[in-house]
Amino acid sequence: MIGIVGYGSYIPRYRIKVEEISKIWGANPENYKKGLGLTQKSVPAPDQDVITESVEAARNALKRAKISPQKLGCLYIGSESHPYAVKPSGTVVAEAIGASGNIHISSLEFACKAGSESMYLAYAQVKAGLVEYGMGIGADTSQGAPSDALEYSTAAGAAAFIFGSENVIATVDFTHSYTTDTPDFWRREYQHYPRHGSRFTGEPAYFHHIFSCGKALLEKSNMKPEDFKFAVFHQPNGKFPLTIGKKLGFKEEQLKTGFLVPTLGNTYSGSSPIGLTAILDEAKAGDKIFMVSFGSGAGSDGFIFTVTKKIKEVQNLAPKTRDYLDKKLFFVDYGTYAKFRKKILKLVE
Amino acid sequence: MITPSIVWREKAQKYRLEAGKCKKCGKILFPPRLVCPKCGAREFDLINLPLEGKILSWTVIHTGHPAFSDLQPYGVVIVEVMEDVKILMPFADFKKEDLKIGAKVKIEFRKIQEGGESGVIAYGYKAVPCLE
Amino acid sequence: MKEIAVIGYGLTKFGELWDKSLRDLFVEASLKAIEKSGIEEIDALYVGCMSSGLFTEQEHLGALIADYLGKNPIPATRVESACASGGVAILQGIYAIASGFYETVLIGGVEKMTDVSGGTATIALGTAADSSYELFFGATFPGLYALMATAHMEKYQTKRDALSMVAVKNHFHGKFNPYAQFPFEITKEQVLSSPMVSEPLHLLDCSPITDGAAAIVLTTKEKAEKTGKPYILLKGFGQASDTIALHQREDITFLKAVAKSAEKAYKMANIKPNDICVAEVHDCFTIAEIMVYEALGLAEKGKGQDLILKEETKIGGKIPVNTSGGLKAKGHPVGATGVAQVCEIYQQLTKEAEKRQVEGAKIGLCQNMGGTGASSVVTIWEVMK
Repeated sequence: MIGIVGYGSYIPRYRIKVEEISKIWGANPENYKKGLGLTQKSVPAPDQDVITESVEAARNALKRAKISPQKLGCLYIGSESHPYAVKPSGTVVAEAIGASGNIHISSLEFACKAGSESMYLAYAQVKAGLVEYGMGIGADTSQGAPSDALEYSTAAGAAAFIFGSENVIATVDFTHSYTTDTPDFWRREYQHYPRHGSRFTGEPAYFHHIFSCGKALLEKSNMKPEDFKFAVFHQPNGKFPLTIGKKLGFKEEQLKTGFLVPTLGNTYSGSSPIGLTAILDEAKAGDKIFMVSFGSGAGSDGFIFTVTKKIKEVQNLAPKTRDYLDKKLFFVDYGTYAKFRKKILKLVE
Repeated sequence: MITPSIVWREKAQKYRLEAGKCKKCGKILFPPRLVCPKCGAREFDLINLPLEGKILSWTVIHTGHPAFSDLQPYGVVIVEVMEDVKILMPFADFKKEDLKIGAKVKIEFRKIQEGGESGVIAYGYKAVPCLE
Repeated sequence: MKEIAVIGYGLTKFGELWDKSLRDLFVEASLKAIEKSGIEEIDALYVGCMSSGLFTEQEHLGALIADYLGKNPIPATRVESACASGGVAILQGIYAIASGFYETVLIGGVEKMTDVSGGTATIALGTAADSSYELFFGATFPGLYALMATAHMEKYQTKRDALSMVAVKNHFHGKFNPYAQFPFEITKEQVLSSPMVSEPLHLLDCSPITDGAAAIVLTTKEKAEKTGKPYILLKGFGQASDTIALHQREDITFLKAVAKSAEKAYKMANIKPNDICVAEVHDCFTIAEIMVYEALGLAEKGKGQDLILKEETKIGGKIPVNTSGGLKAKGHPVGATGVAQVCEIYQQLTKEAEKRQVEGAKIGLCQNMGGTGASSVVTIWEVMK
């Protein structure tokens, strides 16, 4: 069986609270906390970007997979905040983790779905027999324009998954993708910040795509929501995933393990993949996991995993996602946040 | 100085702490050298150093390197990663109580400098406190 | 080996000298030294300078300086060894005369540091460390000495107060030096309330950014004798090296190259550390002076602070150190420092040091180091009369 043989996540240590952002824009924090269902978000330090987060997540995944990085045949990073517009992120990551030069690498972009897409491709490469092991990473240091509603949720983090056919900790049982042309959110070339269709991002975009993909996946697998121990959906805020879960027939109990957005924010390409790592940290042999991502533009990738008994051997080999989420945090004020995110114009010599 | 060729040439050391181990006396040299300073031998095996260690000394720089201005005040530590293998590196994400000789640290991958806003990015290693 | 004498010296004022260029500084100090020596026939010229390229975009100092000093076509050579450039330049002159190849040489040291921003100066000075494995990672010079201080304070319980007292003592001495950049006294409280630069080092633990030049005329003892002017004689010297990167040393609380260079110099001079009457040492940071005491054998390992706490290195104490004010109060134009130290010892041994005079000083020592002590030069001088 083909599936995940190693996984790892990484979340920066810095956080900013909703109150710090709302104070600057004269907004009522309660409105945002209630409306978005989150209290804070992660902030990358000035020395962190998609590449550094990806390296840490990839190293954690390798620790759990216990394989030589030289055996990786492909490595994909999905993100909408690649540090270079032209130059792949994966080449740095591959060198840093000690992968061989005989590797297929690509940077992917599909709004918040790029992470699951990299997983999908790595899995497909292994399944096609083209590579022995493949790594898929979802990572972002998301951009939200100052004062835009997105500024309250855009966060940073990464998740990495190694796919293979031996010592699998979670088999991939079914996949499905659903895609249409829906301009709910975009960023044009040379623009700093993305734009979005406001409430248009809801029904015709997020809900339609996840629902269509999820429904098809359930039909394809001939399974029912109650067959799953865990479910995870893209988490742009603290409300959408609960709503779509309910609509597809899942209960809050199934969602809560991978539901990180209230204290993490929206890590874009990292969102549902990091949620999946938090589930794998807790999962037991036999547990079934339902995952559907969402990327604006728009599309969803769906996966059904079954956890194997190997899981318990690897869970403690690297830091757990909830540890990154909750431990040793630094809460920054808006000024520090603005500096960290390079929103302050400085003198350039 | 951050140029493409320098970043490229030093990537094995800066990205994954690749060191030389003297085939004759076993001394570990980071960065690798052409001549072993201990025994004079000239053949080495390449090894990757562990991404953890303990603090041998520390400072917090308040007025520092211009490339580090967004991080000021920033920590700098000397970390012993193996017996007799010591490396200087920045100390990131620390609190006052983490600044202790003997404290265990983890080594993470970070952006160190950039060759200007449009230039190549130089990545490398930094120490961080352990999560536990 | 021929006996070698310093027959004249020249110094510029040290400080922020906005109206003076690098060449102006060098020529001013050199002309004073030549005039004082009474010797016009200079066979060759050596100039110690650390980083004229990064500070002023001028390399090829030998040619520049011989030209502007009006000494063409004599051979002129620039010597670089970071902050020990001046000290190492002196050794080149010593070798040249000792071998009998030249009779009289002019040694100058110069640095023009204030034409660039603080950030550029930090990087320029940082190149004295390991550029790829120290400077690249944000380690500045105060940062590197702070790492030594943290380790020394932990290992030997060296007190923060001892660091402050080095600065206080050197400023006390500097008050009497007309060439000093900061000729005024400071208090321990002022040291601790000055801005933090690199923990545990405050601004007043650090030597400043300085423009300045120093020059000496070296010649044979016979020639010096003929001039009828006061001179001092070289008794011994030593130079040694250590790893360029601080972290690669076995023990970052001990300056091994300084100890090695001193051992050689003591042996050659056939003296012991306690024969020294007055010393100029490389107090680029307060912790450096304490560590140099230990490396020079003026104090036992780990006991450097005792000398300063008991005021033994203040004028009037057992072994006055940095009567010029040291790098701390006199200023630290890096390439000039090693030469300026010999200028001070010349003044002390020939009794020209006025209010800074150490009574009865017969034997003086100069210790000049580069980087975090990766290069060190020690010279020992004696006066005949």
